[in-house]
Amino acid sequence: MSVTTLSSRVLAQRQPSWLVRLFDYKPFLIVICLAPAIGLLAVFLTYPLGLGIWLAFTDTTIGQKGIFVGLDNFQYLLSDPLWWNAVFYSVVYTGIATFGKFALGFWLALLLNNHFPFKSLLRAIILLPWIVPTVLSALAFWWIYDPQFSIISYLLVDVLHWRTTNVDFLGSPWPARFSLIAANIWRGIPFVAISLLAGLQTISPSLYEAAMLDGASAWQRFRYITFPMMMPILAIVMTFSIIFTFTDFQLVYAITRGGPGNSTHLLATLAFQRGIAGGELGEGAAIAVSMIPFLVFATLFSYFGLARRKWQQGEAND
Amino acid sequence: MRNDITRRDALALGLSAATVAATGVAAHAQSAIKVADAPAPKLPIEKGATLRMLRPVRFVQADEDVFRANAAKFTKETGVEVKIDFVGWEDISQQTAVTANSGAGPDIIIGFSDAPHIYIDKLIELTDVADYVGKRYGGWLPLAQRYGKKNKSDTWIGLPFGASAGPLIYRKSILQSVGFDKVPEDHAGILDLCQKLQKAGKPAGFALGNAKGDGNGFASWALWSHNAALLDEEGSLTINSKETIAALNWVKQLYPTFIAGTTSWNDVSNNRAYAAQEIALTANGVSLYFSLKNDPATKAIADDSEHQLLPKGVAKISPMAGLTLNAMVFKHSQYPNAAKAFLQFMLEKDQYEPWLNANSGYWAQPLAAYADAAVWSQDPKVKIFKDTMNSTYYDGYKGPISTATGAVSADYVLIQMFASVATGAATPEAAAAEAEQRCKRYFRRQK
Repeated sequence: MSVTTLSSRVLAQRQPSWLVRLFDYKPFLIVICLAPAIGLLAVFLTYPLGLGIWLAFTDTTIGQKGIFVGLDNFQYLLSDPLWWNAVFYSVVYTGIATFGKFALGFWLALLLNNHFPFKSLLRAIILLPWIVPTVLSALAFWWIYDPQFSIISYLLVDVLHWRTTNVDFLGSPWPARFSLIAANIWRGIPFVAISLLAGLQTISPSLYEAAMLDGASAWQRFRYITFPMMMPILAIVMTFSIIFTFTDFQLVYAITRGGPGNSTHLLATLAFQRGIAGGELGEGAAIAVSMIPFLVFATLFSYFGLARRKWQQGEAND
Repeated sequence: MRNDITRRDALALGLSAATVAATGVAAHAQSAIKVADAPAPKLPIEKGATLRMLRPVRFVQADEDVFRANAAKFTKETGVEVKIDFVGWEDISQQTAVTANSGAGPDIIIGFSDAPHIYIDKLIELTDVADYVGKRYGGWLPLAQRYGKKNKSDTWIGLPFGASAGPLIYRKSILQSVGFDKVPEDHAGILDLCQKLQKAGKPAGFALGNAKGDGNGFASWALWSHNAALLDEEGSLTINSKETIAALNWVKQLYPTFIAGTTSWNDVSNNRAYAAQEIALTANGVSLYFSLKNDPATKAIADDSEHQLLPKGVAKISPMAGLTLNAMVFKHSQYPNAAKAFLQFMLEKDQYEPWLNANSGYWAQPLAAYADAAVWSQDPKVKIFKDTMNSTYYDGYKGPISTATGAVSADYVLIQMFASVATGAATPEAAAAEAEQRCKRYFRRQK
């Protein structure tokens, strides 16, 4: 009897405390480890996003508290030609700039993937447009596009005498739109080129060697090896590129402020113009919120692009 | 008598003013400012008071030097520490909004023209101080009253410290070469001049891009000189009127005479084009003249330049508004009396006159007596800025100033109306209707 009692006591002493048991409990550990991250996300991401979405449903102005107005801001935007114009140009800007960045960036990546002298130096130089702060790039382009003092006009008019008048890059809608797209392409190429170069370098040379032994042409090697193997990285880089381009603000605001007229407003610059400069916080927030469907589309594009892993093996899609 | 001020002179003037302010020595012995006796308001300064204020960054260094010296003098006399932060012009509106919305931050902000009307619920009245300095210094000028007082009342919600104007600046020799001594006051004459300037290869150029100061200035002038206005006295929108259509038609005729690219001009574009001798006529603040004058390479351009009030057109007086510095004291301040006493102190002659002189004409006085300050007799080409605050024109003219009037200006509604007609993107009727539509949205909550 006494032995049994002793054993029970020993067992009782060996029983870990509730705190130790709690920290041995896996679900609790998961919660406690994730809590700081969730807290940070809640404070710095969820709250601002939630506040922005809430503001979109109010008539808040700078200096005055607003009231809930339901879908009023969105209804107004649907009838606002300036918002439609911004949607149109945002899509055009993103589409053409992304295409330009990828065409040139991929080409550049393929070139840089070859062996040639001073390869490292050239790669570093190509990164320059990405390193320079956007506002600085914008100021440089602003000078390049200046109606009176443009270096391009100077070359064409004063040096080469090919024109008699300066080129008015930013004075009318379409030239201004394409000028901004050109600036965005210039700035975005390094990101695409370097990212795709990293992807190219993960492709095993043995695949190319085998293809060459089989007599595959350069185009066939690109079509059946490089391109499929690059699809995952292409998809993710393109997604990021689309998101960055669609939400671009600095280039446009520093060069044209949405002008001439409102022809070069992107949704991001229009949101700022209405919400901050114009003081209509609710409406500005609604314009920003109206960008979400486009950005969700870009994210889904990435998801489905990445999901097609069989591309890597040159097989059909799932 | 010398009729020019060199950079050295300007600095010396500023430094001497700063010294005067810093040392507490009585203001210039030769000062011509007349001061009337008036009972000062009782403003017992709170125990342990300290103040924090924001104001737009200085344009000329002496502005900041003298302002700080005056504040230090106030601290010396009252024991109230004053911390002054100078912030960029583009940022002051946002910082004021945050201060007003959060109910925390600076006790005093010197914002721009309409700021007190936007944050009226967050501000304390300054009527006692305004009445006192008004009686003492010859009364508040019309533009100061417009921006300082609550609409249709004698309650002061802001204390204007000065205003900057943007009159015409032109090349005298070039105008003479095409047969003009000055810019005509009528629209037909201006058009004729601009056509001749264009033929002479030295055209005019006025900003039609999204330029906050110069673009809005040109658009407002084009409207007002045709007796058109954004609002009527009651605050109803009148932008879509036959007068506006006339203004739009006139600018449509005028635009082809401008140098190419004005639809993409920002606030510095006309300065650069004028300094590079690409254009012979534009509108600008005194800054352009001073930058030309202070640079030996461009001094000849300054010597050949003249200022002129914006032409009247069919208006009775020159329709020119001024960008006004407007001081506000927030309700959240723990030391409202100290804040009011500080503003009163800064507007008193011993402080204000040196500061006004130090600005070389960039800011013009809001109180009539300061028209006799030395700065206005130093350079005849600067004298034109003296009466800036005598103007009866303002942002939102003819109606009450409100958040919406500021928003219309900030959103470039008027400039874009003119630009779209000038470039042929819209008819005058369509552009006026679209501007009205955009304005309606901003004015939908105004009483």
